Amino acid sequence: MYHSFKEWFAAAERRGLSLAQVVLENEMALEETDVETVLATLADRWQVMRAAAEKALDAPQPMTGGLISGQAQKQTHYAETGGFTGAALNKAMAWALSASEVNASMGRICAAPTAGACGVLPAALMAAAELLWAGARQIQDALLVASGVGALISRNATVAGAEGGCQAECGAAAAMAAAAVVTLAGGSNAMVGQAVSIALMNCMGLVCDPVAGLVQLPCSFRNASQTVSALLSADLALAGQDAVIPPDEVLEAMARTGHSLPAALRETGMGGVAATPTGKRLKKELKLDEL
Amino acid sequence: MDISIFEVLGPVMIGPSSSHTAGAARLARVAALIAARPFSRVDFGLSGSFARTCRGHGTNKALLAGAMGLAADDERIRNAEALAAQRGLEARFYEEDLDWLHENAAHITFYHADGQTEVWGASLGGGRIRVSRIGGFETDIRAECPTLVVHHLDRPGVVSEVSRTLAESGLNIAVMRLARQAKGQAASLVIEMDGAIPPEVGERVRQLQHVTEVIVIDVS
Repeated sequence: MYHSFKEWFAAAERRGLSLAQVVLENEMALEETDVETVLATLADRWQVMRAAAEKALDAPQPMTGGLISGQAQKQTHYAETGGFTGAALNKAMAWALSASEVNASMGRICAAPTAGACGVLPAALMAAAELLWAGARQIQDALLVASGVGALISRNATVAGAEGGCQAECGAAAAMAAAAVVTLAGGSNAMVGQAVSIALMNCMGLVCDPVAGLVQLPCSFRNASQTVSALLSADLALAGQDAVIPPDEVLEAMARTGHSLPAALRETGMGGVAATPTGKRLKKELKLDEL
Repeated sequence: MDISIFEVLGPVMIGPSSSHTAGAARLARVAALIAARPFSRVDFGLSGSFARTCRGHGTNKALLAGAMGLAADDERIRNAEALAAQRGLEARFYEEDLDWLHENAAHITFYHADGQTEVWGASLGGGRIRVSRIGGFETDIRAECPTLVVHHLDRPGVVSEVSRTLAESGLNIAVMRLARQAKGQAASLVIEMDGAIPPEVGERVRQLQHVTEVIVIDVS
């Protein structure tokens, strides 16, 4: 049993297991199930994530308000030019935007850890897997580690935007994805921890301010930017950067910071960019508060 | 770690919100199972955030789809209104003060040929739900595992007869809750099971003396 990154890493070391194996064993014990069932469900979830990340690449998704319809397609076309951040990052952003579009259009997604942040993990992991020519088995381990990170954030901080702002949704997703990418790249357990600390530090206090209360704007852009943050956090950790603050303490800071955010900045659609003149006008025009 | 990885990577659902879309669909689906009879009209009283952000989150479509038996990851949720029209199902949405229940609460009324069923419940977040009242009964149904709801008359021995029937069928009870309107009157037993409930077991419970209705809820 583990309740913190410290205990998780210690359990892996003591028992000579990988971080993924510790998560897998915990899941089997918790749900009283076998390894085949867990891995089959995991594969199904990954399939749903990938499908959502690809669905809108060449087909803009219709949605109430239509604020982000067509974003994935635009970014896919632009990715061919390479842009400033390279074809791989632009493609990763397109995947994140696609999942966001599918979610906003009432399509089928897999929350990771939330519906609003469902693009980050698949996009970052698909980008890394493509570069590393990773197979299903490696992706499975990466997903197990990502879930382990998500479970700790959920238990010791929060993954609800209404409680912790966007840092708790897209930020948590970025930390999970960064850990997944480090695992995929064969980084050490310590590097997984560094990547989590770095990813969460880089979005500490990020607010949740959905325009017109819709899970569209700035949600899709945050999915794209936190995907990039996940990949760069993994790169920083793999390069040997020391985050100095251990991940357990960063989670504590994240929870504290979330609680000190005013309600207007926690998924009420009352603050941040939602409270701009344009945000307010959209809210009024769309008349979404009427039954 | 006491949190399943599939709570983190999941649920698989129709967007955009696990509480306002997936939870809404699940709540209405469970409510329709509780109603347990055909209905030609369904009313949804909504409060709090459920009412305020209803159309933006597709809560209305999700509730309607759930009432028609669609699961929270069914892509037909988007077209729930058209589907309801096809089936000749009428639906109405209105605002109602349900603050005593939860921030995201719904009061669902099903209109049958021979009466109504009223169900009160809430979406708790992450797609999880709770049914708090059925007609005159206070209850607590989460539907996270196969659940048996047994309406019966409050008489000595009914509860033990029900649990004996389940034990004889090799089924293990995880949680059991009893609610009654008044001593000796109608009562309701909610039993959460560790495993699936075969239809013949529900039928055996239905045959027991003083049992008036048995509902099997399995939406896991």
